[in-house]
Amino acid sequence: MKTVRHASRARIAAMGLATSGALLLAGCGAANETAAPPASGAGGEAAASVSGTISGAGASSQQAAMEAWIAGFTAVSPDATINYDPSGSGAGRDQFTGGGVAFAGSDAALDEEELPLAQERCGGPDGVIELPVYISPIAVIYKLDGVAELNLAPATVAGIFNRQITTWNDPAIAADNPGVTLPATPITPVNRSDESGTTENFTEYLVAAAGPAWPHEADGAWPVQGGEAAQGTSGVVGAVGGGQGTIGYADASQAKGLGVAKIKVGSEFVAPTAEAAAAVVAASPRLEGRGANNFAIELARDTTEAGNYPIVLVSYAIACATYPDQATADLVKGFLGYVISEDGQQAAAGAAGSAPITAEQRAEYEPAVEAISASS
Amino acid sequence: MSIETDKTTPQHDVDVATPLESRIARKGQLPRWGTAAALAGAAVIIGGALAATGAFSIGLFVFLTVVLFAVGLYAISRAVEGGRKAADRVVTIVVTSAFLLALIPLISVVWTVLSNGVARFDAEFFSSSMRGVVGEGGGGYHAIMGTLIITALAAAMSIPVGLLTAVYLVEYGVGTRLARSITFFVDVMTGIPSIVAGLFAYALFALFAGPGVRLGFAGAVALSVLMIPVVVRATEEMLKIVPNELREAAFALGVPKWRTILKVVIPTSIAGIASGITLAIARVIGETAPLLIAVGITTGLNFNPFDGRQATLPVFAYYSYAAPGVPRDPYVDRAWTAALVLIVIVMVLNLAARLIARLFAPKNR
Amino acid sequence: MSTDTSPGPAPAKAPAPPSTRPVVQPGDRIFAGSATGAGILILVVLAGVAAFLLIEAAPAFVAPAADIPGGNGIVAYIWPLVFGTLLAAVIALLIATPLAVCVALFITHFAPRRIAQPLGYLIDLLAAVPSIVYGLWGVAVLAPASVELMTWLQDYLGWIPLFAGPVSATGRTMLVVGVTLAVMILPIITAVSREVFLQTPKLHEEAALALGATRWEMIKMAVLPFGRSGIISGAMLGLGRALGETMAVAIILSVSGAVTFNLISSGNPSTIAANIALQFPESTGIEVNTLIASGLVLFLITLAVNSLARFIINRRREFSGAN
Repeated sequence: MKTVRHASRARIAAMGLATSGALLLAGCGAANETAAPPASGAGGEAAASVSGTISGAGASSQQAAMEAWIAGFTAVSPDATINYDPSGSGAGRDQFTGGGVAFAGSDAALDEEELPLAQERCGGPDGVIELPVYISPIAVIYKLDGVAELNLAPATVAGIFNRQITTWNDPAIAADNPGVTLPATPITPVNRSDESGTTENFTEYLVAAAGPAWPHEADGAWPVQGGEAAQGTSGVVGAVGGGQGTIGYADASQAKGLGVAKIKVGSEFVAPTAEAAAAVVAASPRLEGRGANNFAIELARDTTEAGNYPIVLVSYAIACATYPDQATADLVKGFLGYVISEDGQQAAAGAAGSAPITAEQRAEYEPAVEAISASS
Repeated sequence: MSIETDKTTPQHDVDVATPLESRIARKGQLPRWGTAAALAGAAVIIGGALAATGAFSIGLFVFLTVVLFAVGLYAISRAVEGGRKAADRVVTIVVTSAFLLALIPLISVVWTVLSNGVARFDAEFFSSSMRGVVGEGGGGYHAIMGTLIITALAAAMSIPVGLLTAVYLVEYGVGTRLARSITFFVDVMTGIPSIVAGLFAYALFALFAGPGVRLGFAGAVALSVLMIPVVVRATEEMLKIVPNELREAAFALGVPKWRTILKVVIPTSIAGIASGITLAIARVIGETAPLLIAVGITTGLNFNPFDGRQATLPVFAYYSYAAPGVPRDPYVDRAWTAALVLIVIVMVLNLAARLIARLFAPKNR
Repeated sequence: MSTDTSPGPAPAKAPAPPSTRPVVQPGDRIFAGSATGAGILILVVLAGVAAFLLIEAAPAFVAPAADIPGGNGIVAYIWPLVFGTLLAAVIALLIATPLAVCVALFITHFAPRRIAQPLGYLIDLLAAVPSIVYGLWGVAVLAPASVELMTWLQDYLGWIPLFAGPVSATGRTMLVVGVTLAVMILPIITAVSREVFLQTPKLHEEAALALGATRWEMIKMAVLPFGRSGIISGAMLGLGRALGETMAVAIILSVSGAVTFNLISSGNPSTIAANIALQFPESTGIEVNTLIASGLVLFLITLAVNSLARFIINRRREFSGAN
């Protein structure tokens, strides 16, 4: 058979083996893990050093913020390991109620079926802690050369995404954008192809604010068929950026390089800024009857308050008030304490572009986190 | 296994690469430069025609040139050399251009990964994990280790099982009901969607360790489910084409069957088997979906596949791409570099497999 | 695992004629036993997977239609996915198989020996490119590049329903997915075909050439008949990967649940595997059962396809030249 040029190929193979050997022998610890932890950075409530490992799972929207929180927290408590698995909100809630993870991240509060399960796991009606820790404005992003600024009323947004408004020079769009020359380019709306908290929050907003222009229900899966769809925030941003006359919705922090529409709230047009997003969350009432430590909110989607941006994604940290063992309780307490601290919220704002929670909210949440303890 | 000795022969020594056509052709022959001249002529004609109509585009130019080249050469060759040689020439053109066509996307893929991945292909990537890293910096050392460990475990489970199963199918079980059902179910197994394998492994381990379990080993089991059928099929195919005369010769010399298999059958086909196993490893090392479910992700280094989450390169790349932070670029760069490292690892494995095959293959020349 | 050397079941009766019956030793029993054990282990694992799928999928089959996502029952939910899966895989296979056979032939019989080996190596390597990379490549490179071609197809071949349009602005269409899957499975089919072509008995090839056959006639008479089962086997491996491909399809395809043969618009049916990946993370309860039920359907599709392939191979066995 093919036995020509043994030697040369054996040499190549030997080189390959050497390379792989070098790779394996490169060292047994990662360089950044053996180094002494930086002493600077996060302080606050988390200063008490704790050790051990806890895992959380849930919303991928929180992933970037969670990385920042974990990095900040483990800088203070170098013996602690926090894992976060961005496997999705539903998976996170499932694993939390099933006892698989110590805490969960979720783009939606526990529903009426899950709440009793979670209360059972955490031992009591007041046992479940739900904190809205990650607030991210959802921007309506578009790509349309020659149009740098765009104002949209809620009904217009609904009309575009429901494929009723099909060209950019439609009178409905023109009415809100005096002085802007809109081309006759067809509109290509881009939606998420995966079921997501972003879609759920966006459709919730349309249901609440757009009235009859949006005939569909709020859902994590996109209800309108036949449009352009892309996976994940990255996919939507890529698809909007890759086309012309495209429009989509995505985390405002990922909208770099694309046009961002201002949304009509009351009588003015509001851009998706962190302040405007935090304002609407601060103005939203708490959901009743879910336990003393549960801070799930009913978002005021139809707000007409000036300076509020109502298309926000609120993602919760879900944890228990009591854990069976002390180490886990200390870790969760320390970690969540850091997450809601000013340092933690600023770290998330820097890494993920989220809106920090207000001081009033922090004061409200702190007692619940402080009370986390071991049950025995 | 029916024996048709007239169909199979031992490997032979004559070099067939020597063009025999020169001795066959009696009628007339195109000169050696004829092919090149025809190609150049076709290119000039098409290029001129396209330039004249003003509709010049590279893709169209190449396509039409090749078509004209094939048709033209066929016509000329048919006139000069006869129909059979003309058909041979056309097939040569078709096969060659199909090969070149296939290379375009493959090269494009490699080039895309290379050009995007080289930015972070640095020492830091190979020595750092993502623990405590936000934004720029950090690396994929933890993911490299996780991928190597999990894939090695999967291979350690799959290769013996797959190899032995293939041996059973070809050498022992031919015609039995068990062999028929194994063949059938191995086919079925190739059809398990990778994500279902991940769900299965997760459900299996959740039975023992409770919900929410994430283990490198669970990922290895999921990968094994995907890998075993590939190993079996590739090996089976290779064992089947070992000429029966070799087996019969060994038996006739009184060699027991198991030694015949180990010393004659497997070495004869070792190159193909190694290639098949490399393919199987390649098939699973880049799997994202099952590891996403069964192994999860972690930012730190974990050498123990039986305790907790491990990072793996595909999952690391996927999350870096799908859920990046702000700014986005360092995350996407790391995703491409992780993909590049994955390809390099497979390349090294591939070379190793070839070296092994070379060392064990019978010297028959 | 199964490499333990405990004596398993007795070796199956060798069907070979008595003249070639080998000597039987204890080593033989051990070897045969572990080989049989490995085969049985595969059946056990598969039974486990099947049991898992059936148990997890069962609630979706008995649930009232309104509870299934979409509200129209399980058949209405899965049918577009089945259609999309088959469509994408068939496109991929139609493109990849002829190309792969040509590439394998080129490497084994046309290319100068000096470059044939590196080429074979290159192809093997490409089989190893992780699927997520093909996904990223498809979105970043192929999709934008193919918009022009798809516009051309619509303009000139729009009367074929496949190219009815309107053309997607981003190029993330079923056609691009099919091509990406084809690129993905091409190295697999090539690698298998190449190995089989290389194993063609040299005597057959030489005999053909000695009788005055041209290279093409030699390939037609000796190589292709010998390699047929290998080609089909490789194609099935490729088809298996195309049917089950998850991440690449999930990243590239613009899905909207429509059942259409239109390959170049932005409304495409999803595939089963991609749909599981897209919907699973945010799914709970009956939605998960529904997704696993769709996984079961994919499983059955592959089963049917593979059975068909086996049937074809077995029917043609007399030409395969193997044993």
